[in-house]
Amino acid sequence: MLATLIIVFREVLEAGLIIGIVLAATEGVARRGRWIVGGILGGISGAALLAVFAGALANAFSGSGQELFNAAILLIAVLMLGVHITWMASHGRQMAQEMKAMGRAVVQGDRSLTAMALVVTIAVLREGSEVVLFLFGIATSTREGAAPMLLGGAAGLLAGALVSWLLYRGLVAIPMKHLFKVTNAMIALLAAGMAGQAAAILAGANMLPTLGDEVWDTSSILRDNSMVGRALHALVGYSDRPPGIQVAAFVVTLAALIMLSKLVGQGPRIARSEPRSASPAH
Amino acid sequence: MTRGTFFLAAWILAGAAGTAAADVIELSISGHKFTPADVTVPANQKFQIKVTNHDPSPAEFESHDLKVEKIVVPGGTITVTAGPLKPGTYEFFDEYNPDDAKGTVTAKE
Repeated sequence: MLATLIIVFREVLEAGLIIGIVLAATEGVARRGRWIVGGILGGISGAALLAVFAGALANAFSGSGQELFNAAILLIAVLMLGVHITWMASHGRQMAQEMKAMGRAVVQGDRSLTAMALVVTIAVLREGSEVVLFLFGIATSTREGAAPMLLGGAAGLLAGALVSWLLYRGLVAIPMKHLFKVTNAMIALLAAGMAGQAAAILAGANMLPTLGDEVWDTSSILRDNSMVGRALHALVGYSDRPPGIQVAAFVVTLAALIMLSKLVGQGPRIARSEPRSASPAH
Repeated sequence: MTRGTFFLAAWILAGAAGTAAADVIELSISGHKFTPADVTVPANQKFQIKVTNHDPSPAEFESHDLKVEKIVVPGGTITVTAGPLKPGTYEFFDEYNPDDAKGTVTAKE
């Protein structure tokens, strides 16, 4: 049961950390609870579906189906995080001011919420399909009793959810003046880390050059498979022996997001004249 | 943006040309054990690992050392590319049965 708990917790941790950041980044946005829960439910349904078709996916694209799929959904998540950062750059300051003036008042932000719900769906989908397959394996194996193992799985899931909640509560304890600066930085790092992972996956499937097989080796200091290593992997795409392409994708994505955020932030007049359905509440 | 597009195009073009023939190591999973569990590969060159799962439950072939992670459904076969490796011993395992299903790749010059 304990082994099951640990395995499920490890899988859930990554999605849990991402959900924690998304919750903090959307603090005070109207109807965000509905969107995020919808994102989680969408991810779970997708995970179950993905588990069913895991065999077909593995054989697709001459055996590179899993890699292509994982890279593709990671890149979609990167795009969606980019949408959120752009949205924050044009609305963030106003949002923080309003929230300060009106306590934790709600503001409208449907475009950003759609993007963030999709990020949650992808995070849950990626790790969820592995959990579903794992629990399926337990349910069908007669070696050990399925009931205590499934109980362990549920406990692992709860532990992962708890981490998510703690990260969220920790982040929103940051004064409102600084909260969105912190969450924006975390989201930019998260996106850059995901772009790096996607590049590493594609390089592993021989679809991108590695640009150097091992830029550094920090496996003696912090291993990928330690809990801290895993958490950092989820948050910023940490790898103890990354290929060059992973580092390059990280740097390029981070630079692009910072530039995008600066450009949008500097041109508020242009941003304001854009027609949009999600205008901030007054 | 144009710079980003250029880099992306360069990566894709270089990637298409970057495949080469490599040694294939064949592993099978049965009763939550790898056969063979310990294999040797030449150091400093790429190789492939082909894993077939003969168990009725799914497995996830994973190695932090080799940077691979791939699901193997019951009766399914997957191939991953790893290396080039510096001489040394590298661990792999089935994420779903990490206590029973594990093994090593030793890279020798």
